[in-house]
Amino acid sequence: MDAPLLLEAAGRALAHLAVLTLLPPLLIGLIAKVKAAFAGRNGPPLLQPYFDLAKLLRKQAVFSRTTTWVFRLGPVAAVVTALLAGLVVPLGGLAAPVSFDGDLLLVAYLLALGRFCTILSALDTGSAFEGMGASREAAFSCLAEPALFLGFIALALLLPPGGGLRLAELLAAAPDGWRLAAGGMALVAAAWLVVLLVENCRIPFDDPNTHLELTMIHEVMVLDHSGPPLGLILYGAAVKFAVIAMLLLSLVLPRGGGLVADLATGVAGLLAVAVLVGVVESSMARLRLLRVPTLLVSAALLAGFGVVLLAVH
Amino acid sequence: MSGPWCFMRAGGAVALEAVPDLPLDALRAAVVAAVGAGRRLGCWCGDGAGRVYAVLVDDAAGQLLVARAPLPDSYPALTPDCPQAHLFERELAEQYGVVPVGHPWFKPVRFHRRLTPGPDAWGRPDDEAVLPGVADMFTVAGDEVHEVAVGPVHAGVIEPGHFRFQCHGEVVFHLEINLGYQHRGIERAAIGGPHPRSMLQMEAAAGDSTIAHGWAHCQVVEALAGVAAEQPALDLRALMLELERLANHTGDLGALAGDTGFLPTASFNGRIRGDFLNLSAAVCGSRLGRGMLRPGGVRFGLDAARREDMRRRLERAGADAVHSCRLLFATASVQARFEDVGVVRPIDAAAAGLVGVARRACGHPADARRDHPADGRPGPAGPAATAEGGDVHARAFVRFAELQESLRLADGLLQRDAAATPPGALRCRPRPGHLAIGLIEGWRGPVLHLGITGDDGRFLRYKVVDPSFHNWFGLMLALRDEQISDFPLCNKSFNLSYCGFDL
Repeated sequence: MDAPLLLEAAGRALAHLAVLTLLPPLLIGLIAKVKAAFAGRNGPPLLQPYFDLAKLLRKQAVFSRTTTWVFRLGPVAAVVTALLAGLVVPLGGLAAPVSFDGDLLLVAYLLALGRFCTILSALDTGSAFEGMGASREAAFSCLAEPALFLGFIALALLLPPGGGLRLAELLAAAPDGWRLAAGGMALVAAAWLVVLLVENCRIPFDDPNTHLELTMIHEVMVLDHSGPPLGLILYGAAVKFAVIAMLLLSLVLPRGGGLVADLATGVAGLLAVAVLVGVVESSMARLRLLRVPTLLVSAALLAGFGVVLLAVH
Repeated sequence: MSGPWCFMRAGGAVALEAVPDLPLDALRAAVVAAVGAGRRLGCWCGDGAGRVYAVLVDDAAGQLLVARAPLPDSYPALTPDCPQAHLFERELAEQYGVVPVGHPWFKPVRFHRRLTPGPDAWGRPDDEAVLPGVADMFTVAGDEVHEVAVGPVHAGVIEPGHFRFQCHGEVVFHLEINLGYQHRGIERAAIGGPHPRSMLQMEAAAGDSTIAHGWAHCQVVEALAGVAAEQPALDLRALMLELERLANHTGDLGALAGDTGFLPTASFNGRIRGDFLNLSAAVCGSRLGRGMLRPGGVRFGLDAARREDMRRRLERAGADAVHSCRLLFATASVQARFEDVGVVRPIDAAAAGLVGVARRACGHPADARRDHPADGRPGPAGPAATAEGGDVHARAFVRFAELQESLRLADGLLQRDAAATPPGALRCRPRPGHLAIGLIEGWRGPVLHLGITGDDGRFLRYKVVDPSFHNWFGLMLALRDEQISDFPLCNKSFNLSYCGFDL
């Protein structure tokens, strides 16, 4: 590889890393801003999540005496798994810094590992609330997984047989998919939007703003965390939001421009997803907990029909 | 049925000799018969001088039925035959050490020492502090059953109460509620009164129902004194009562929206509630209506210019509130959360003696403004707002209907008497040996105050019954076989007072 190409590749990797590590809190701030606008308020500053993180990192952590090292593992695992998963997911034209055969399984199960550690650390507190939240999180994430994987299968149908299940190749096939079976791609995108909302505990599945322990799913699992560990959890959640949004965006974003163009469309796409989530949260109520599985199964069905449409194109 | 009762009206007084003094067995039988005939047990309380008083509320006839009986140290409990009595009997035991034998769930209510000297109903030693919430709780045995305890310290800025759920997974078998953390001794403080402070203490019985409690107290003192407040003062009280209802119903509907995560109505109603509170402040300087009422009249008047200004502000806030609430009821995702959640069957609501919004949401049109009008004149026109279903939706819908009605009522009251209403209160000197009852339909339900004077014209006993005292049990019923994740929504749909219960 000659020097300019190498430089270009390094630049893209750096841009990807910068977006992955620095941008996520802004997305959370943007969601809050959109919700505030709908409510007729000014809302907190766009950069508030960064201020919050800075504040939490300077604070002292309080650990309950009933907890063990498992409790401290949760926040670290949440951040590490989200960042590692992000390294493998491309953002539109910005290729992922790391790519290898079978990496899509790694993405899915890195996110699952993070969740597993969060659930363990919630159970470690022995609190009735956290136990309930852990059981809900485990149940709902099981139901969300099929939608994600059926989407991967739909895309895999576009590749020649014998491909290596490499995320970069799979997502690069998306433009072909839109050309051949736009309906199928739309179904997959819709299913992944549901995955985005449920994995990140947004309305209509969970209410990130509620203070009511009995209704929470994700928020209740982190009630006992404080100080820097809580900061890690918030940061990890933001990164996870960005990673799944990047997956979704890779389905729809145009690619093939220069570095700057790809970076700009990628960032604009992430911001647009945040605005979309803000609009969804401002315009509908949360689902009854009993109905959440219904919607998750529907999402899996949508992705399943996407598979069918892409298979018969 | 005439029976062994003394009949009176809300805001009326009778001489104690005129109150039938029955044997306890006869009173017990009469209460069971009257409740069986569709009347509601409004109060069952001791007077501290060896008698128990029963007050039954007859909404159809607009009457209150009163009788009394001598009270022994123990008696066969009323509750097995009349479930509405269950909290009253526990309260009676706590206040006067009288044991209702055969009470199915006999434990303290507010966790305090008795009002008169004597043995404790539970045999708790005198030298030990009575700690709130320390009592046996109902438990369900079994490996798959788990218990969730919430409170008394909550995540939000709300009052303290302890909730204990017996759950099977996400399903609630049973909810038990322990209150009493805010017991301040309001009834005890009123004995020997009315004191200069009594009015302020009654206003603070439940801060969100300042006018309802204040007015009920005024009714008692005025009736005992044989004084009637003048019509302009009554109109102003009625205006304040409707403003209180507007602010709270608006806030409740916004809070219900907030609990379902529906942002628009949650945020609009928060602001609009403030607009209604500010209207109360425009009259008396307090957003809660504190300091407005005095026995015999009101402390602040309202001149024509301010009436006009208030009408304009009321119209604007009212239009916003109706618009915001219509949005709530027109949003399918919200309706899906409200419907069939937290159902109380009408038959259970009647048996448990639920009152106010919770009762009207079960299709029962009881409304003290209509059934027991404050000054004897007919109450608001038309039937009370009701809804069918007894679920969260029904309780929300009744609030919305009442909000719209209150807007009309308040506007009508502001148009009455264009001339300035002079403030002022008549002198009230309670007559000795009388009993008086005040009954005002607050926004949550009927607020009942009962005063009995001794030979010196001072309160021998003063009893406050907040609608929450009747309705907390309704929340427990609503949670049976319900999802535990729906508890906050059910709780908000009742929105009961902790301090109004704890007194």
